[in-house]
Amino acid sequence: MSGAALLVLADGRFPAGGHAHSGGAEAAVKAGRITGAASLEDFCRGRLHTSGRVAAALAAAAALGVDPSLLDEAADARTPSPALRAVARRLGRQLMRAARATWPADELDAVAGQFPKGAHQPVVLGLAARSAGLGAADAAYCAAYESVSGPATATVRLLSLDPFEATAVLARLAPEVDRVVDLAAEAAGRVAEEGVDALPAGSAPVLEISAEAHAGWPVRLFAS
Amino acid sequence: MTGAGVRATARIRARDDGRGGTSLPVLEGDGPLAVRRTRGSGAEARVMLVGAMSGPLGGDHFTVEAGVAEGARLRVGSAAATIALPGQTKDEARYDVRLGVENGGELHWLPEQLISARGSDLYVTTYADLGATARLVLREEQVLGRAGEEPGRLVSRLRLRIAGRTVLDQELACGPGAPGGWDGPAVLAGHRAVGQLLVVRSEFAAEPVTARVLGEGAAVVPLAGPAALVTAVAPDALRLRGLLDQAQASFA
Repeated sequence: MSGAALLVLADGRFPAGGHAHSGGAEAAVKAGRITGAASLEDFCRGRLHTSGRVAAALAAAAALGVDPSLLDEAADARTPSPALRAVARRLGRQLMRAARATWPADELDAVAGQFPKGAHQPVVLGLAARSAGLGAADAAYCAAYESVSGPATATVRLLSLDPFEATAVLARLAPEVDRVVDLAAEAAGRVAEEGVDALPAGSAPVLEISAEAHAGWPVRLFAS
Repeated sequence: MTGAGVRATARIRARDDGRGGTSLPVLEGDGPLAVRRTRGSGAEARVMLVGAMSGPLGGDHFTVEAGVAEGARLRVGSAAATIALPGQTKDEARYDVRLGVENGGELHWLPEQLISARGSDLYVTTYADLGATARLVLREEQVLGRAGEEPGRLVSRLRLRIAGRTVLDQELACGPGAPGGWDGPAVLAGHRAVGQLLVVRSEFAAEPVTARVLGEGAAVVPLAGPAALVTAVAPDALRLRGLLDQAQASFA
């Protein structure tokens, strides 16, 4: 593994389009459910342990070389909201383009050809990590961290929240990110033997419901 | 798990009786799980799950299996809400529901709420395995605590397979001991009742439902397969049922 490659992939400035998405924070701010650092932290914690953990396990399994089409199907089954499935594929397509330019690999080309509309982003993230010579836990770290850093960054813009406070939220969540990564990597390791049913399937009903409402807004700052 | 808890299984098998109706060649339950046939309507057989004891309590393991053969139609309800309670042991309780519907069969699985009482610890799994042309209406409702009560720990996994392909796999964990943030703005946002209504019809493959929201607390969505899901959150069981009933009526 290369520590520097991990930093490149996990960098918020990696050109994969994630900055246009709030991870549900925009809808939560509008509904008055995120009003400051404390509620942002609670939001991020819930997202981390549900969709974040699922994304981390999918990414870890893809990094281990599990068939991407099985993982993509597992991601569909764990994403009831069609708005969120569409977002995951759009982000997957954008990440694929960036990854192929950054770490060219036959495997990436093959998956890009197999999913012209994009595979789920965490699956592509795992494949990108694999092409960069990174391991399953590295891929899980990227996905788990992204599940909280996206909403935190978006909330700075949405609420004019002090960026120091938003970063402190991420620092406070760090031990839980570590734990989620351990659980995700452990589950990913069982997929070869037990199939994709071994992957976590944590759901966040309010995120799912509000994603559908948000997709119907005529004007919004973030795409999701 | 230790041997301290109660193990109980109920089994229901429904098949086409060849005369336009549905017969129940298997209808059995033991201990706290009793099953009764009630008056059906038309081709459909109706069964009521009757809890003969309270529970599940910590350490208990209940299993309900229902199988609907080709062309049969079964509707299953329950006589009352199920209340997860703390047991004498610290072990978690398990409640496993296994549903199978063959091609051309139809199952309506509409039990009353599952209420998680303070101090309880329950892991529920509901796995439905359907043939390509099987039909299903499945409702699941979880209520966190009796009136004004803190809930116990409740983990509920719902998995749907159609023709061998997994179309839905969701696990909701809440209550003390669940991963953090379960009551926060991303997951339940303080709501005390959460439910799902799953509708499977092969017609949805060609004509999926249109995604829509039902007020603040519910959404109807097409899954990545011939199925629709309604997810709802509400302050209490009554309002949750109202949302799910409203959604169910829209599928009629």
